[in-house]
Amino acid sequence: MYRWQSGLWRLIDPGPGWIFASLIHLFVQFLLCASGDAVHVYSTSTEERVHVLQGHVDLVTGLRLNSSNHLQVYSCSLDGTVKLWDFTDGILIKTYIVGHKIFSLYVSKFHEGTVFIILPMESKAFQLVALHLPKTTGPEVEARDILSVLRDVSPIPKATSFGRGGEFVASASGLQLSVYFFRKQKTYRFSLKANDKKGARNRFTCVASHPNDDCIATGHEDGKIRLWRNFSQKKEYTYSTEHWHHSAVNALHFTPEGTELLSGGVESVLVLWRYGAGSKKDFVPRLGSAIEHISVSPDGSLYCTSHKDNKIVVMKSSRDISAIIQGLVKGVTDLLIDPRTKALVCNGKPGHLQFFSLRHDKQLYNLDIVQQEYIHEAGLHQCEVTKAAIDAQGSWLATVEERQENPEELDIILKLWAYDESTQSFHLNTSISMAHEGQISAMCFSGDAEATMLVTTGRDGHFKAWLLADHPDAQGEGASWSCDYVGSYHRREPTRCCFSADGSLLAVGFGEVVTVWSPSTWELLVTFSQPPGDIRDLCFGRLSCSKYLLGTTTKNLLCCWNLLTCSLEWSSTVDVILLQPDPLSENMAAFSRASGSTDLFVFKPSEPRPLFSQKAVCSGTVRRAVFAPREEVLEGCDESTQWLSCSRLYFLTEHMELMTFSTKSEEDQIIASSKQLVIDDSVAVTPFYLLLGKHRKSQRETQDSVSSHTAARIQLPQGSPAIRELLHTPAHVLPSASFLCNMFVNSLLISKCREEEMGSEEEEEAEEQESEGEMEASVSAQGPAVQGFQTEPTPQLSKAQERELRKLQKADFSWLSSLLDS
Amino acid sequence: MASYKATRIPSFPRLGEKVTQDTLYWRNYKTPVQIKEFGAVTKIDFSPLSPHNYAVTASTRIHIYGPYSQEPVKSFTRFKDTAYSGTFRSDGQLLVAGSEEALIRLFDVSGRVALREYTGHSKAVHFTDFSADRFHILSGSDDYTCRLWDIPSSAEVSRYSEHTDYVRCGTPSRLNPDVFITGSYDHTVKVFDSRKERSVMTMDHGQPVESVLLFPSEGLLVSAGGRYVKVWDMLKGGQVLVSLKNHHKTVTCLCMSSTGQRLLSGSLDRHVKVYSTTTYKVVHNFDYAASILSIALAPNDDSIIAGMTNGVLSVKHKKHPEDRKMVGGTSRHRPAYRVFVKGKNYMPKQDDFLVRKREKAHLKQYDKELKRFQVSKALDSVLKPHVRLKTPEVTVAVIQELNRRGTLKNALAGRDEKGLSILLSFLIRNVVDSRFAPILLTVAEMVLDIYMKVVGQSAVVDKQILKLQELVEKEIDYQQELMEVLGMMDTLFATMTAKKEAAALQSRAANGLVEVRGGQDQMVKAT
Repeated sequence: MYRWQSGLWRLIDPGPGWIFASLIHLFVQFLLCASGDAVHVYSTSTEERVHVLQGHVDLVTGLRLNSSNHLQVYSCSLDGTVKLWDFTDGILIKTYIVGHKIFSLYVSKFHEGTVFIILPMESKAFQLVALHLPKTTGPEVEARDILSVLRDVSPIPKATSFGRGGEFVASASGLQLSVYFFRKQKTYRFSLKANDKKGARNRFTCVASHPNDDCIATGHEDGKIRLWRNFSQKKEYTYSTEHWHHSAVNALHFTPEGTELLSGGVESVLVLWRYGAGSKKDFVPRLGSAIEHISVSPDGSLYCTSHKDNKIVVMKSSRDISAIIQGLVKGVTDLLIDPRTKALVCNGKPGHLQFFSLRHDKQLYNLDIVQQEYIHEAGLHQCEVTKAAIDAQGSWLATVEERQENPEELDIILKLWAYDESTQSFHLNTSISMAHEGQISAMCFSGDAEATMLVTTGRDGHFKAWLLADHPDAQGEGASWSCDYVGSYHRREPTRCCFSADGSLLAVGFGEVVTVWSPSTWELLVTFSQPPGDIRDLCFGRLSCSKYLLGTTTKNLLCCWNLLTCSLEWSSTVDVILLQPDPLSENMAAFSRASGSTDLFVFKPSEPRPLFSQKAVCSGTVRRAVFAPREEVLEGCDESTQWLSCSRLYFLTEHMELMTFSTKSEEDQIIASSKQLVIDDSVAVTPFYLLLGKHRKSQRETQDSVSSHTAARIQLPQGSPAIRELLHTPAHVLPSASFLCNMFVNSLLISKCREEEMGSEEEEEAEEQESEGEMEASVSAQGPAVQGFQTEPTPQLSKAQERELRKLQKADFSWLSSLLDS
Repeated sequence: MASYKATRIPSFPRLGEKVTQDTLYWRNYKTPVQIKEFGAVTKIDFSPLSPHNYAVTASTRIHIYGPYSQEPVKSFTRFKDTAYSGTFRSDGQLLVAGSEEALIRLFDVSGRVALREYTGHSKAVHFTDFSADRFHILSGSDDYTCRLWDIPSSAEVSRYSEHTDYVRCGTPSRLNPDVFITGSYDHTVKVFDSRKERSVMTMDHGQPVESVLLFPSEGLLVSAGGRYVKVWDMLKGGQVLVSLKNHHKTVTCLCMSSTGQRLLSGSLDRHVKVYSTTTYKVVHNFDYAASILSIALAPNDDSIIAGMTNGVLSVKHKKHPEDRKMVGGTSRHRPAYRVFVKGKNYMPKQDDFLVRKREKAHLKQYDKELKRFQVSKALDSVLKPHVRLKTPEVTVAVIQELNRRGTLKNALAGRDEKGLSILLSFLIRNVVDSRFAPILLTVAEMVLDIYMKVVGQSAVVDKQILKLQELVEKEIDYQQELMEVLGMMDTLFATMTAKKEAAALQSRAANGLVEVRGGQDQMVKAT
C-alpha cells in the first residue's frame, strides 16, 4: 500500500482506488479479491475493506478456500509461493515455496492436503499438477512434492474446473476439452472444429463443472454455452448448445446446489440458466460493464460479479443488488478537483463523470453526461466524454462529448451543468451540439466570480467564448449559455487556452504563438512567440507571480514571459510534458520526460531555483496531474516540503496509477490510523469484548501494581465509552447483570476519580502550596509518579496516558487470542 | 441495476419571439369585437362604478356602452360640432365633455339633456375633467388657456394662460383637489395649483404633448408627444426619469394597467406597446388595423378598448378560465376519480410497516422496442402518421439512436412498397430541414443502397425517389447561393474600418452562418 522512497517524501497510491480484481471469491460475510500482489478482503454488507492480505511479491493468480477449514484461504502467485491465510483476521499462516511461477490454483474436497496448481512447462506449454502440502510446522515450508495430472492446459484460471467434489477435472485449451478422472486415472479429450459453415467460433473461453452431476459447461468465443454429458466415454459423449450471448462468454459458474448456471460476458448482463430446464433463463441486465468473473457464496445466497470498470457487484439470489464496490475508473479527461466536495473528477463509467473522494478513497457518485443507453457491444463507436472543466466556485461544470464514426462525421456536444443546491448535484443547463466544427482541443473557465465565462478552442481554427445569458422572464427556462465571441488568429489552430487568476486576461496558444486577449473588450493585447516549437501548455502565475505567463513548447523549452514588460523573463530547455499550477500558491509543478521515466520539479516563476525536484517519479510518462487543496494547512513542514503545505499533488501515470506525495508526519499519521483501524476492527467481536477486556486488564493491573488502588484506576481508560458500549449493546448478548453491575459501578467510580485527578494536574503547583487539601494533593501527586514508574518518564501526562491506552489495547488483543487458543 | 435510459429527444431552440409571462398575460384576450363609430374615436373613459360602462367620444356623439354590449346603452347627441373628452366623474354620476364649439357640457349619466353649459373658452375645448373634490371642472382649450370651473354656479373660478399653444391634454391629481397638470402643443407640461396664480412646475417635453398620465402614487408623471414617451419624477422637481422611443409615429394616448405595473401607449403607427414600469422595457406589443387615437383598460384589465382614426372601436375581453371549461366540454368520458385514488389516500398508522412498490417507469412505444433491441419495430413506431407529421424530431432522434447502435441499416431494410413510400415521404418532407439534414442524408443514402435493386418495380416509389433527387439538387443550388452571399458579406466586413465593430460583427456573422456552412458541407457530401 505504501511505496517508500529515500529522503523526506514518499509516494502513496491510494489503495482502494485500485481494485482491478483479477480473481474474486465470495463468502457470506466476506469477499476476497486478488488485486495485483495483494488480496483484499471486503465485507459484503458494508462494502468496507476489512483487510489487505499482503505478502506476495508478484501478481496473485489463484485464490481458493481451504476445504478443511472455512476460515482459511490459499493463494498463489507468480512469485512461486502458495500462501495460507486466515482471512477473517488477516494473518498469514503458512507459506509453501514451490519455486516455479504458478498460474492458477485449485482445491478439491476429494484430495485433502493437496492443492492443484498450473505450472509452466518448457516450450510455452502449461501443466496441471497436484502439489502435496507438507505438514511440517514453521511459517515457511518448501513444497517439492509435485505430481503431474494434465498436460497442455490453459494457464487461465477460468479454463479449468473440478467437478463433482473433485472426482474429475475438466480443462479446456484452445479447441480441446480434456477431462481427467482421478479414480480411473484416465484422460478423455474432446475437440471441436475451429469453424463451421455458420461461422461459429468454437474456441473455449471458460469451463465450469456441475457440483453434483456429471455435467460440464463450457463457454465459447461466439457466445455459445455447451453442456457436456456422458463424457466418461470416448465416443458416446453428448453435448447440448445454448446461445444467448452475442460475444464471447467471459465467465461461467454453477451455484453450489447446481440448480443454476451463471454466465456473463461483454453484454454486461448476468444470465441465470436453470439447470435441466432447457433454455429457460433469467437476466440481471445493465450491470454497467463487461463481466469478467462470477463467484457464488458457498450457501448460494449471494452472487458476485467483477467488472471491467474496476467494480465488484454483490447481489442476493433474489437479484437485488446488495453492494457495489467501486474503484477509480480510468479515463481520458483531465483530472479536476470539485471545489465543493474536494473530490477528484474524471471519467467514470462510459459516458459518465465520476466524483471520487480522495479523503475517503471512495467513489461518491457518477454523473451521467451522455444520457444515452449504453450499448455493450464490441466495435461500436461510443459517445465519450473527452473534456471537462469546473469553474472556481464549483457552480458550473462544462463537458465535451465526442463520437466519431468516421473521419468526416464528428459529433461534438458541449454541455454546461449547473450545480443545484437542493439536490446537491449537477443539472444539465445548456447543450450545444457542434460547438466547434473540429474537435475541441482545450477548454477553461474564467476565474471571475461575477461573470463566469467559458472559452473553448477548436480544431477549426477558432476559439469561442461562452457567456451565461440571462432571460429572467422567459417562460420555463432560466439563464442559458450562448456564444459571446468567436476569435481566430491568422487562421492558425488554437491548442491551449488559459485565464489569468482574476479573469482579466485570456491567453490562447495558436501553434507557436501565444496571444493575450482582454475578455472584456475582446482586443488582442499582445502576442508572444518563441519559435520553433508549438505551444504545449500555458498557464498564468498566481498571487505574487501573477505578472508572469508560463508556456512550454514541443521543442523542449519552458518560457516565462513578463506581462508588464511584455518580454521574455527567462527560459530553460526542459522537455516539459505537463505544467500544473497550484491554485493556492505561486508554485508550479512541471513534469519532464527523461529516458523511460518522468522527473518532477516544483518551482516559483519568480525564483530561478526550483523549490523541489525529484528524478524518476515514476516509470513511463505522467498523463495528468492536479493539485488538490488540503482541508487545513499542514503545519511544521520543512523547506523541501513547504510546497505541499496548502495542497497536495496527485498525478496519473501511463499505467493509470494515481500517485501522490505526502510528508513524513502525514505518513506516520496514516500508519498510526491504520493500526488504530486494525484494533478497531478486532472489535468486530465486540463491545462486549471491549468491556470484558478492559475489566480483565484492570484486574490484572490491580494485582500487579504496588500502589493498588490509584494505579488501577489510572490504568482504566475513560469509563464513559465503556458505559456507552454497554448501553448500546443488545441485552441478549450481554453477560449476566450481576457481573455487569459490579463493573458498571466500578467504572463510574473510576471516572470520577480521574476527573478529580485531571483537575488537580492542571493546578498541581497551586494546590501544592495550599495546606488544606493536603490529602488530596498527596494522592494526586502520587498519580503521575506511579505512572512515571510504570512507563518511561515523560514530562507530559496526557501523552503518557495515551501511550498507556495504546499499550492497553494491544494487551487486550493478546488477551483475546489467548482466550481463543485456550 | 441501472434502469433503461429513454432515448433523448433533443429540443431545438424555437425562433422568434420569446414567450414570457407578459406575452401570456396579454395574449389571454379573446378576438376583438369591432364597433363602428361615426368618426375618429378620440376618447374612451371607464365609469368608476360597476358594471364599468364606458363612454366613447367620437365625432359629434358620446356613446356609453355596457361592458359586454355591442350597442350603446346611452348616447348624447346634442353636439353641434365634434365632441371631445367625454369623462366620468369619480362617483360615476356626471359626465363632462368639451367640444369644437368652445362649450363645455355637463351631463347627468341617466339624463339626456346637458345639465350645465360652461361658456368662456374662445376656441375648441379638447380636454375636460373633474377635479378630485368633485366640485370643479378643469378644461384646456385651443385658445391656449386652461380654466377651472365651479360646477353648480357654472362660473369660471380661475384661468391660466401660460401655455403658448393649444392645450390638448391634462389630468387632475387624484390626491390633491387643487393640483392639475396640462400638456400643450407648446412642448410643455405644466403643473398648476388652483391656490396659486401661476404654474408651479414646467417640464419641457420637446414635442407637442398629446397625452399626460399620472402614476397612482402621483410621484411620477408620464407624458406622450411626438414619438416619445417620457417619464418625469415629480418629487425631483420634474426631472426626466426615462425617455422611451419605441413608436415610429406620434404617440397619441397613454394608459396604466390596473395594478400600476404596466404602462400602455397607443400611437398613430397602429401599435400599442406595453411597458414594464420597473424596467421601462417593452414587454408586449399589440397590432391594430388603423392608427390609434385613444386607449383604455377596464378595471382589473378585463378588457382593452382602443379607438382608431377610422372610427372603429376595438374591444378585447379577457378570457376566463370558466369559458375554456365550457368549450372543452364533457365529450370524453374519463375513468372515475376513485380509480386514481384507489388505496392512495390511505394514511399509514403509527406501527405500520411501509413497503414501497417500485415506481414503474413509463416508456414510450419506441423505447420499449429499443429496449428489446427490436430495431425495425422501433422505427415503425415512429413512422406512424401522428409521430412523423407532428413531431418529426422524435422520429429523427430514434433514427439517430439506431445509427448510434449501428443497426440503422437493419431497421431500414426489409420494407414493402407501402413502408418504403412512407419512409421516402418522410425524407422528402424533412431532408432539407437544417436540424435533421445530417442524419437524414445518411438515411437517404442507405435507403438508396438497400433498395437499388427494386427501383423500377413500383411507380410510386420511383416517383418519390425522383422527387427526392430534385429536392436535393435544389437545396444544393440554394446553399451555393447562400455561400455567394456570405462571400459578399465577408468582403463588406473586411472593408469596415472600425476595428472593434468589425470584430463584433464578424463574431455575430460567424455564429449565424455556422449552420449554413454545415448544411452546405453535408449537401456536397451527399452528392
